[in-house]
Amino acid sequence: MPINKDIKKVMVIGSGPIVIGQAAEFDYAGTQACRALKEEGLEVVLVNSNPATIMTDKKMADHIYIEPLLEKSIEKIIDLEKPDSLLSTLGGQTGLTISMKLAKSGFLESRGVRLLGARPETIDRAEDRELFKKTMKEIGKPCIASCVVEKVDDALKCLETIGLPAIIRPAFTLGGTGGGIAQTREEFLQIAQNGLMQSPINQILVEKCVSGWKEIEFEVIRDAKSNVITVCSMENFDPVGVHTGDSIVVAPALTLSDKEYQLLRKASIDIINKLEVEGGCNCQFALNPDKFEYGVIEVNPRVSRSSALASKATGYPIAKVATKIAIGYTLDEIVNQVTGTTYACFEPSLDYVVVKFPKWPFDKFVYAKRTLGTQMKATGEVMSIAPSFEQAIMKSVRGAELGLETLGLPEYENLSMDQLFEQLKIVDDRRIFAVYEALKRDCFAVAEMKEYLTSDVIDKIYEITKIDRWFLYKLRNLANIEHKLKTCELTEDLYIKAKNMGFLDSTIEQFSKTKIGNKKPAAFKMVDTCAAEFAATTPYFYSTYDDENEALEFVHPSEGQNKRVLVLGSGPIRIGQGIEFDYCCVHCVWALKDMGYEAIICNNNPETVSTDFDTADRLYFDPVSIEDVENVIETEKPLGVVVQFGGQTAIKLTKALDDMGIKILGTSAEAIDIAEDREKFDKLLEKCGIPRPKSSSVFEPEISPAPEDIDDKNYENNLKFEKTCEKSIEAAKKLGYPVILRPSYVLGGQNMIIAHSDKDIYEYIEIIVKNKLGYPILIDKYVMGIEVEVDAICDGEDFLIPGIMEHIERAGIHSGDSISVYPAQNLSSKIKEKIVKYTKRLAISLEVKGLINIQYVVYNDDVYVIEVNPRSSRTVPYISKVTGVPMVDLATKIMFGQKLKDLGFGTGLYPAGEYVAVKVPVFSFEKLHNVDTQLGPEMKSTGEVLGIAKNFEEALVKGLMAAGYNMDHDDQKSNPKCVLITVRDTDKPDCVELARNFRELGFELFATPKTAAFLNKHMTPCNAIQKIHEGENNVLKLIESKKISYVISTSAKGRNPARDSVKIRRKTVELSIPCLTSIDTANALVRSLKTKKNIDNVEMIDITTI
Amino acid sequence: MYENNQTTARLILSDGSEFLGKSFGKRGTAVGEIVFTTSMTGYLETLTDPSYFGQIVVQTFPLIGNYGVSEADSESKKAWPSGYVVRELCQNPSNFRSQKSLNQWLGEQGVLSIWGIDTRKLTRKIREKGVMNCAITTEKYIDKSDILDQIRKFKIKDAVKCVSIKSQHEYQDFSNISKPFEKYIGRKKNFKICLMDFGAKQNIIRSLLQRGASVITLPHNATAQQIKRLKPDGIMLSNGPGDPAENVEIVSNLKKIQKLGVPIFGICLGHQLLALANGAKTKKLKYGHRGANQPVIDKTLGKTFITSQNHGYAVVEESLEKDVATVSHYNANDKTCEGIEYKKIPAFTVQFHPEACAGPLDTSYLFDRFFRLIEKNKNQKENFRICR
Repeated sequence: MPINKDIKKVMVIGSGPIVIGQAAEFDYAGTQACRALKEEGLEVVLVNSNPATIMTDKKMADHIYIEPLLEKSIEKIIDLEKPDSLLSTLGGQTGLTISMKLAKSGFLESRGVRLLGARPETIDRAEDRELFKKTMKEIGKPCIASCVVEKVDDALKCLETIGLPAIIRPAFTLGGTGGGIAQTREEFLQIAQNGLMQSPINQILVEKCVSGWKEIEFEVIRDAKSNVITVCSMENFDPVGVHTGDSIVVAPALTLSDKEYQLLRKASIDIINKLEVEGGCNCQFALNPDKFEYGVIEVNPRVSRSSALASKATGYPIAKVATKIAIGYTLDEIVNQVTGTTYACFEPSLDYVVVKFPKWPFDKFVYAKRTLGTQMKATGEVMSIAPSFEQAIMKSVRGAELGLETLGLPEYENLSMDQLFEQLKIVDDRRIFAVYEALKRDCFAVAEMKEYLTSDVIDKIYEITKIDRWFLYKLRNLANIEHKLKTCELTEDLYIKAKNMGFLDSTIEQFSKTKIGNKKPAAFKMVDTCAAEFAATTPYFYSTYDDENEALEFVHPSEGQNKRVLVLGSGPIRIGQGIEFDYCCVHCVWALKDMGYEAIICNNNPETVSTDFDTADRLYFDPVSIEDVENVIETEKPLGVVVQFGGQTAIKLTKALDDMGIKILGTSAEAIDIAEDREKFDKLLEKCGIPRPKSSSVFEPEISPAPEDIDDKNYENNLKFEKTCEKSIEAAKKLGYPVILRPSYVLGGQNMIIAHSDKDIYEYIEIIVKNKLGYPILIDKYVMGIEVEVDAICDGEDFLIPGIMEHIERAGIHSGDSISVYPAQNLSSKIKEKIVKYTKRLAISLEVKGLINIQYVVYNDDVYVIEVNPRSSRTVPYISKVTGVPMVDLATKIMFGQKLKDLGFGTGLYPAGEYVAVKVPVFSFEKLHNVDTQLGPEMKSTGEVLGIAKNFEEALVKGLMAAGYNMDHDDQKSNPKCVLITVRDTDKPDCVELARNFRELGFELFATPKTAAFLNKHMTPCNAIQKIHEGENNVLKLIESKKISYVISTSAKGRNPARDSVKIRRKTVELSIPCLTSIDTANALVRSLKTKKNIDNVEMIDITTI
Repeated sequence: MYENNQTTARLILSDGSEFLGKSFGKRGTAVGEIVFTTSMTGYLETLTDPSYFGQIVVQTFPLIGNYGVSEADSESKKAWPSGYVVRELCQNPSNFRSQKSLNQWLGEQGVLSIWGIDTRKLTRKIREKGVMNCAITTEKYIDKSDILDQIRKFKIKDAVKCVSIKSQHEYQDFSNISKPFEKYIGRKKNFKICLMDFGAKQNIIRSLLQRGASVITLPHNATAQQIKRLKPDGIMLSNGPGDPAENVEIVSNLKKIQKLGVPIFGICLGHQLLALANGAKTKKLKYGHRGANQPVIDKTLGKTFITSQNHGYAVVEESLEKDVATVSHYNANDKTCEGIEYKKIPAFTVQFHPEACAGPLDTSYLFDRFFRLIEKNKNQKENFRICR
């Protein structure tokens, strides 16, 4: 069937902000969908609240709404735009859920809107546990014994039949939020209660625990004619029990015989046929490793994280094909873009191995529970491609930017074998490293005894972890090579072996203590969907150490002028470095292509648009590490490399690239160094006459003892630790508290705190030491003023500031976690002038050619510089969209010598438009146990949303609504209108007015004793409520009563989950009650509540008309 | 790793190019026609598929031997290729059914094998230059021109005769053959099927048995008379190796067999031979179709199916006379003929492998179609008899 001719205008719903469980993969899917629709000449209406996405770019759709993703807002937009169809399956769970609500309420039908991609019946049969089980039974596909319950009593009854251990999965939650595995009855009760609460329909699934079975996934596609294909099989390295988003995953499945493979493949096809999905579908299975037995775990009848991975792993564009199917095409009509000659109705065949490795935020959240289970915790992932598993896993570990070049984690090197085996029992993010350490020990021990390897250790590890022996043997191959490198002579043969196993030259030299004479260059092979059966035209490559370099066939010898430019990507999504850098890289590629250059991308994040095979002229899917990048350069011989759009991942390679003599396009390596080197930077500020916060002091810690060394037995280390603290305290006292402490090399405020007392410094030094962060510690005076952020473009002579952003929260809260307002609302023209002046001075004297991001703090009419980043920043996408200044495009042109004054956007401060845009951060706290939600200098948000309106109040209301705040308090039943305030002493004066404002709005006030006393003293009636340790009827009970609409909680100390304040904040997370940890944020909330605006009375804005 | 497999082996192609690797399986020298398969699983099924007789098989998937060898997965009693080429051989297989490593099994089977070579480079070469002859050798001192001469002279001959059974066998149930892994849920029919063995894969027998039939396998040169005496309800023509046009005797037998009025279902070589018996021609493909991901369009159903394939020749569509037969299946990629429906006789044939093993089971419905054809044919005969 060709395209359905009745479809002319299609609405696409995106997935909203990046949260754990729903990340950049939906920008990739949505972007593909929009392009596929536009290709067909259809009019596209796009709605997404996430401004950092590529899909919300003017190129992508005809009408773009960056609006809250709520049923009502979508209804309003449908009435405005009158689309004839709605595509529901490409916006993750968020998009799907809203679409289903609109379909079920009859709204779509009433407006004559056709639902594309999935029918409500299909979704219900896949997502409603009971219906799903029934459906599976109808086609004879076994499910895992389970029951659906809505009460704790029923859950216990069910447990009697199923037995422990049992898994609890709440219905309709993202990334398995609120679920878990219970080993004991007590645990079971606790998880079941929490799960019931987390589920929007108060329903959980209690399931037989098949942890230890193999977890296998299939990506399946079906069209209306019921042509069905499986795109890819995937096998989890971690057996059932760890969420697939937190598992190391390989593709294709590697340990399955054809019989097992076909068993599960057929099951997937039968399932998709039964569900009548038209589009993509993901089927997850548990496979018994000891007999022919399997169970269906889950089916996702939509494009998902796994489908993004499968697309990148095979070269098969699932989202694009799913979109074409949704508008009427069948698989046999869609051409396979990769070969250009075959059709989408085929199954990719791989001739390489793919490994996905998750990126977890535990480096940031030191108190977070690292254990992995049914609830996903990773913020992002990397993928690697190689001809062997060994090489692929090595690539992914170094690509995950953990500071590791091999699987050897230094922390485990000191453990005894017994301790290691204990460590193996803990299923956390570092289990693979414990496995590797155990295998390595065995290799060394066996070699010393001159015996042949026994499989003892492998068996023991298998018994504990149930990781298939196949993987364990492969890891042992790596350990063997490490052993040989360390003990044998580095022969040519050993060198090549090590290269084929994925060892870097630097590692080989370090282990063998030998300089490599003749380094082997990498040769690139192509991802072509068909294992070389057909000639392919899409230049998508991965490195190997074979001889034939297929990429060379595509690197045309330059005719007169070399036109090749390498753009470095930003690696995995993590807190502090998100999708916005991918936005910048993609825009840079587009600009380069427009200018007639050949754009080449190197990146290893499978979730992104930058790694789509038709974004750049050539794609190198490899880690963004120096040696891997060097390999690409050797093949491509580009005229230069662009580092300023790939976040810290790309920036940190600048010096090494420069040392190699590679041309850094745009801002020079020297300038980047000046901005990052504290001393050089201070000199620059002095030269420019720009003040920084009062004074600063660099302090170098003398030692970094391992954590286990900090005890009474190790007196010497203890002494050194004490000395480190003493010195820091001394420096802090000189500056005067509060001070900011941080390691010199920071990203997203990692390991950065505000210290108010000596005790804070003790705690901080301990964490720094525990994490073995060898960097010098910086101690700054903390200035609490208005924080202002500027993104500017500079060509070395002129500069352009598209806009000045002001943060709602005062300095001290990381800029990524602050609500940011464009244009600045509270700055006098004098201050603005100063900011423009300083920006100019800094940009010109750093000779910036491209983008620069500067953060200022304004205090008592003075402007101080806090930070300068001569690169793209988090705010570039949203400022570009709101001001209409194509920042990355201009920056790219400047790199090639064009001048700002010729580019048509003027110079200096760009005039502010008529719209106000408010960026609101979004967090994933419900996924991360024990993480304190109190905001501070260390970034904690995972994503952001934007509110756009003609005035500030309305924009803020929209932003808050998009971030999930309920702004409608007139419905008394759902909102009893109570506010709980519990703040530290320094905040008490500020919260009087706040409390009054809440009262004026009709909220009843509750506060902990001291806060209540303070408020009452200041004529603000407030109910006092006991603290946690003060009695039964305490503040936690009050929160649990569900009477509270908002909690305002700040405390002098935080972080440690044992503290009362942290417990209160965690409780609000569990119950999904908005908790504000800055008086400034709370004031902003009250201000917008006062406007009485909600989704019904705000205007929906098509940003293409701005 | 691979401490025990460090003997060097060379792969020499007819164009004189060489690939250096390590030996496994048997040592010595083997000459054959080099072909590649893109199946990612099912190496044992591939190695025991008689259609690979005389060929040296390259696995494009780089990791082979991962789940060891379980004899129950064999598609015949032995390994047929003259040589085997993989990138990485798994030394430590892991699967609950594994009885031995692939290395050990290939040694027992006496297949000359080579690992440690860039199979993608090799595949690209075959794709560009077409199928060619080659040799694998572990001999250090070998006269290159001598071996090249041998390679260039090599031709697969009497393939079907070599792989076919010598005398007929009967299968009433699964007592002499391993059970299939996929359950059959449809209605069972107690038909008697004669399977002409040109190098039959065992799963053809299993597919028939599990549908309730009894199967008599016959040698390749069985005649119409022999078959008539057995009074079968249906005749199956199996897959097999080699150039179809070489089988003059079988083709002439088939001309008579098809006149018995017994429904015929042909697979792969069986498909090509019946076409030849009806006056059509076959041609050699540049590098054939071998893998588990080939899309085939079933014209009757208007749908595309993913099929398992292993063939180097195809029926020339234009050579089929319109009143004799029509093409029922096409390869979605290169549009070659993948299936034929006959007009004057109750027969249909397919180029691909509905019996799978290795590969997808998506087209197993064709066995049901065959059974329906038999049923229809029986009813017609019955009606005819009653009328008379």
